[in-house]
Amino acid sequence: MVDIPDKNLLAPGHRGCAGCGASIAVKLALNALGENTVAISATGCLEVMTTPYPETAWEVPFIHVAFENSGAVASGVESALRIQGKDDVNVVAFGGDGGTVDIGLQSLSGAMERGHNMTYICYDNEAYMNTGIQRSGATPFGATTTTSPMGSASFGEDKPKKNMPMIMAAHGIPYVATASIAYPEDFVKKVKKAAETKGAAYIHLQQPCTTGWGFSSDRTIEMGRLAVETGSWILYEIENGKFDITYRPEERKPVKEYLAPQKRFRHLSDELIEKIQKYVDAECAELGL
Amino acid sequence: MIREVMTANKAVAEAARLAKPQVIPVYPITPQTTISEYLAQYVADEKIDAKYVKVESEHSAISAAVGASATGVRVFTATSSQGLMLMHEILFAAAGMRTPFVLADANRAISAPLNIWNDQQDSIAQRDAGWLQIYVENAQEALDTTLMAYKISENPKVLLPSMVCLDGFILTHTVEPVEIPDQEPVDEFLPPYKAEHAFLDPKNPMSIGNLADPDYYLEARHDMQVAMENSIEVIQQTCDEFAEIFGRKYGLVEPYKTEDAEIIFVAMGSLCSTIRVIVDQLREKGEKVGLLKIRAYRPFPVEAIDEAVKNCDKLAVIDKNVTFGIGGALYTDIKAKIHKDAYGFIAGLGGRDITPEAIFEVYEKTKNVPEKEVTWIGLKED
Amino acid sequence: MVNIGCVITTPGSSKNNKTGSWRTFKPILDKEKCIDCDNCIVFCPDSSVNKQHDIDYDYCKGCGICAHECPSDAIEMVKE
Repeated sequence: MVDIPDKNLLAPGHRGCAGCGASIAVKLALNALGENTVAISATGCLEVMTTPYPETAWEVPFIHVAFENSGAVASGVESALRIQGKDDVNVVAFGGDGGTVDIGLQSLSGAMERGHNMTYICYDNEAYMNTGIQRSGATPFGATTTTSPMGSASFGEDKPKKNMPMIMAAHGIPYVATASIAYPEDFVKKVKKAAETKGAAYIHLQQPCTTGWGFSSDRTIEMGRLAVETGSWILYEIENGKFDITYRPEERKPVKEYLAPQKRFRHLSDELIEKIQKYVDAECAELGL
Repeated sequence: MIREVMTANKAVAEAARLAKPQVIPVYPITPQTTISEYLAQYVADEKIDAKYVKVESEHSAISAAVGASATGVRVFTATSSQGLMLMHEILFAAAGMRTPFVLADANRAISAPLNIWNDQQDSIAQRDAGWLQIYVENAQEALDTTLMAYKISENPKVLLPSMVCLDGFILTHTVEPVEIPDQEPVDEFLPPYKAEHAFLDPKNPMSIGNLADPDYYLEARHDMQVAMENSIEVIQQTCDEFAEIFGRKYGLVEPYKTEDAEIIFVAMGSLCSTIRVIVDQLREKGEKVGLLKIRAYRPFPVEAIDEAVKNCDKLAVIDKNVTFGIGGALYTDIKAKIHKDAYGFIAGLGGRDITPEAIFEVYEKTKNVPEKEVTWIGLKED
Repeated sequence: MVNIGCVITTPGSSKNNKTGSWRTFKPILDKEKCIDCDNCIVFCPDSSVNKQHDIDYDYCKGCGICAHECPSDAIEMVKE
């Protein structure tokens, strides 16, 4: 299991929803990185729930500037630390899926391409949750959101999820990984690897959201597990160009088991579920799962 | 001290070198580009010990600048026109987060229509961001003001970023003799930046750039207003200190033959050089005329302006920008704060030359009271 | 009065905000049944389970993840 620290570096008292997956993600990441870390966050759930003045949940130095620029802000922070000779300080930037795959893509791309010695973690809950569940480029096919709603002429989001980790891999950075909060050992190992990597590292973490996905707050981890066990979310890493699956389900479950408990998929017809199954099968085949 | 012939862009780059910034995130744009080139070369040649961050946009330039400044180092960046517009959102964040770095803006018109030539619309459009804005007239002033801007911004009573505004092409691409100070007196004038209010350090974890709800936001913004008010005195003190060390005197404003003037031109930037010549020519003809050059536009130095214009009858305010539906920004500010008959003139937009004839025209119109409160000068008639 | 730029200089000060008041269900751990897997610690979104598996009710929001992820059914959610 994961090493349990004496002190959690994301303090309690933050305003995350009961059962919030982002809080679990950030807590695990910070605890893996340790106190010698500077954290950057894009605007979003994480920033809003952790830093309402005059209280902060962060036990490490933290900065937020705007929604679309955490890659660039982290570049500035990293440059400033290194020029001061603080080479051992971990620089970690967090962005939600909106702040990463949509509005923050350019800034992140620049930061990755320049090779700053930093780790960027996308906590992907597959829609704009902070503003009330609007679709993002990371929203999966078939999910109903407030801006890709199901209706008489719509079954919800009609495009598959943007393949962000592969976009990051195409930058040629030394470390790219996917992760899930339901597999903390795998995630923590990847965070540590990313931090030890000289240069830019990117981790795309799937993080189920009780509020946005529509499941009871106790099932956050279970949803993450079902995503992985059905092959809907595949855990892998690409280290210096070498691709490895880091977790293989013993037997891949039908995708329906993952979709059925979630309100955002509950409207889907068998036909659409079959279509999603085919997407998942194709993706698994491509990655060798 | 060396005396060298150079553009204002080089003068700004030299000032940046002398200020010893540790992080320089910058993105090229006409007519700022040579600043980013000089600085890249200085870093490549180890003339500056800085990280030059080759950002992919101005938005990232300013974002990286905020991040670096919040980490406690001195930061320099530069841009122009569309680049400054792209920075707009983060300019507010930089001021609100109280990151005291310096940005040089090569003043250029704003699209559309696309236009790369000079006016001051770009920086004027950022006047409410919470940045100090100082407009310079020549390359020497660009160098000197960039150095002073750090000292002003980093003053604990201010802690707001500064924008040094220099006219695109007219200054950025025109060579003039410039005195480059030695490093030693600059170091004496401008010691290293020591961030105390906000810095990212694992030994002393702070959270910076937080959410402030209605219980706190108003106070945070009011603090910025107080800082801006404080900066009036700090700018003057800094100019005095600069003069003592380097011998060149600057202020919030620069009056020229205003004491007995009946009509005073009010303008910013390189245009003041042209106006000064016209003032002399008009004086030779017996006209009682003067010039008030506004250096500090934000903060707006009301007392200094009042003092300089106290004896005159009329003000002729020339703007190289327009606030559509009302007039030039400088003119509307003067109208709001200075109790004199003031007339507004819009000129030089998009690089249209402001000729001596145009200045004479402004003078004649002001003397005879213009038909309109705001007159566009040099418009071609069909 | 606010700090300059609303900087927060006390790390972890969110602890002033006792989110335990949000709770409608309360997790009760039966230490007899506990097999020390630490799932409740690792998965708690509110860092509210310590190394000894004591639950901090000042902050526990009652999400129920600990009970749901407990392999030995040692945690029961009880209505407040």
